[in-house]
Amino acid sequence: MEKKWTTIIEPKKKLFDLRLKELWEYRDLVYLFVKRDFSTKYKQTILGPLWFIIQPLFVTIVQTVVFGNMAKLPTDGVPQFLFYMAGNIMWIYFSTCLSNTSNTFTGNASIFGKIYFPRLTTPVSNVISSLVNFFIQFVMFLGFLVYFIARGSDIHITWVAALTPLMVLEMAILGMGCGIIISSLTTKYRDLQVMVSFGIQLWMYFSPVIIASSSLSEGGYTALMCNPVSPVIELMRYGWLGSGTAPMLFWGISWIVSIIVLFIGIVIFNRVERTFMDTV
Amino acid sequence: MSEKDIAIKIEGLKKEYRLGVIGGGTLQGDIQSWIARKRGKEDPNSQIGAKAYARNERFLALDGIDLTIYKGERIGIIGHNGAGKSTLLKILSRVTAPTQGRICVDGRISSMLEVGTGFHGELTGRENIYLNGAILGMSRSEVSRKIDQIIDFSECRQFIDTPVKRYSSGMYVKLAFSVSAHLDADILVMDEVLAVGDMKFQHKCLEKMSEVSRSEGRTVLYVSHNMNTIRQLCDRCVVLDHGKLIFDGDVEEAIGLYSDIHKKDIASYHDLREAKRYIGRRDNRIVTFESIEFLNKEKNTFYDDEDVTARIMINSETKLDRVSIRFGYFDMYDRKIASSLCMDIGTLEKGENELVVGMSFAGMVPSSYRGELILFNIDSFGTLHEQDIVLEAYYFDLESRKEYEWNQLKWGSIRLKDVIKKKLKKL
Repeated sequence: MEKKWTTIIEPKKKLFDLRLKELWEYRDLVYLFVKRDFSTKYKQTILGPLWFIIQPLFVTIVQTVVFGNMAKLPTDGVPQFLFYMAGNIMWIYFSTCLSNTSNTFTGNASIFGKIYFPRLTTPVSNVISSLVNFFIQFVMFLGFLVYFIARGSDIHITWVAALTPLMVLEMAILGMGCGIIISSLTTKYRDLQVMVSFGIQLWMYFSPVIIASSSLSEGGYTALMCNPVSPVIELMRYGWLGSGTAPMLFWGISWIVSIIVLFIGIVIFNRVERTFMDTV
Repeated sequence: MSEKDIAIKIEGLKKEYRLGVIGGGTLQGDIQSWIARKRGKEDPNSQIGAKAYARNERFLALDGIDLTIYKGERIGIIGHNGAGKSTLLKILSRVTAPTQGRICVDGRISSMLEVGTGFHGELTGRENIYLNGAILGMSRSEVSRKIDQIIDFSECRQFIDTPVKRYSSGMYVKLAFSVSAHLDADILVMDEVLAVGDMKFQHKCLEKMSEVSRSEGRTVLYVSHNMNTIRQLCDRCVVLDHGKLIFDGDVEEAIGLYSDIHKKDIASYHDLREAKRYIGRRDNRIVTFESIEFLNKEKNTFYDDEDVTARIMINSETKLDRVSIRFGYFDMYDRKIASSLCMDIGTLEKGENELVVGMSFAGMVPSSYRGELILFNIDSFGTLHEQDIVLEAYYFDLESRKEYEWNQLKWGSIRLKDVIKKKLKKL
């Protein structure tokens, strides 16, 4: 009779074994990582958790001054400040997910080299702790929204606003998917790490964070929507400010792209995880 | 024992590392190399002459290990540096994957390659217990159930709600070890982590480890260079050498074999000019031991009842009065066992001096020893000056013609004069 083993350690595993069950077994670890990130991030800083809102606030103010007042780029008739802030908080969430998860292997080499736990817990907890930041920033956004409505600005909240959780979820999936692919490749090629920070900046200019999609030609609009982040930012504005378009078809495509990216990401990640200690 | 009682079964395990530089390290470099190879040209990134080395040289850290471990066994793994012990533990703890072969495991493995992995300085002791516990595979409820035991064991209750960055390094490792020690794993894999804390705590750790393996039937794999802890904890021992398993079985035999790998040269003549000296006496000596030779011996195998004659050559840069020599003896574990003196050999003249001495090792028990040589003189104020200290002067094996075999590990290194029976009669 063949004995039933708990674990079998072998050179190669099945390519599409995502091992998500194991990740679920370690959900407490994810929770504790998130808790750790949150409670240690702003220890020994003067402003503490205020930093969560200072960053998007200042970026928005700068964009309002530079692109809105000086360059006079159109913002679909909604207050410039809200227009930029809606785009920013969504973009910041995506880009923090991407950049935080992209150094999973190199940043945790010392822990990973000593002990085994499902490596995916690290990027997953990164994405979740960024979600806390997003939530705080979102509340700030709602505060400004109420202020502008009270002042009588031309703002219509539509039913699409109810889809916000799905938008955030998609950004998390896409950000983590790209992040872990990069992280897997940086175990061998360190130059990707440099690419990430400026790649993210460039990526922003190909999204509607600054550009109002209504100001584009039809071809330009389609090109812009090929960026999987674009439909989400567009929907965010359509939902909460009532400006721009609701590109539902592009959003559907963007979802499919995100899921494929995450799937590929996990496959590569799981492969690299097994031997990265020898190359890192 | 039947198949059912197997905890770990290792079959043909190999781990290969590539020597030299792995990859270019940059994407550009690798693409360049790849294109060059496709076009049949020389790789622009390879160093001249290093080509064959970088591409083909491979190194087997583990070279076909087969090992079956049954439940409840406490196995010690020993071997010198580079024998493959750590690689084996890394594969077992799934930090890295093997190149060939497989390991079947029955039960949950917990590895302690390092204590305190994932500890965060800003978190309090209590928070770190939860975090570290989760990294080691415990759920939060499991930690909550054991937290009092863990805190008590760590002896850090008073500081448990203080960030660990304020801890002393001893407290830090104590806390870290306590978490690991309270894991509910079926198989514990440990890499010398017991060498933490003060003596008292080390002892406590060893007790705890033997307790969990004896009473709860857990399997323990323990790697160490400290033979005493291996002896205390393990009931079976394997020896690794150059990636191969060269011995599997009794602990004492394994330790003996391991020490043999380290066996030192016991030739009867030793040149001492380059020998290892005490740091303070490496340079600026006025007196130097040049050589020691045991006369009428092919190699240094002595009996405890014989007198051995040795010729020692000493070079002195000045004339030196009231010179004495001390002979120190160390056992295999580098513990100093005994010393003997050769008082007041007289005056050393400037230049080469020949000294012939008679030595006896009566009282020391049969084993392998290392000899140390110290030359000192006493000045007119009565102060002692150590002029030359050779730490590794010579090695020798001591044998006995006495009928009773001495167990040095259990009975000690000195055999006192036999006790004399005065009377024995039936009352």
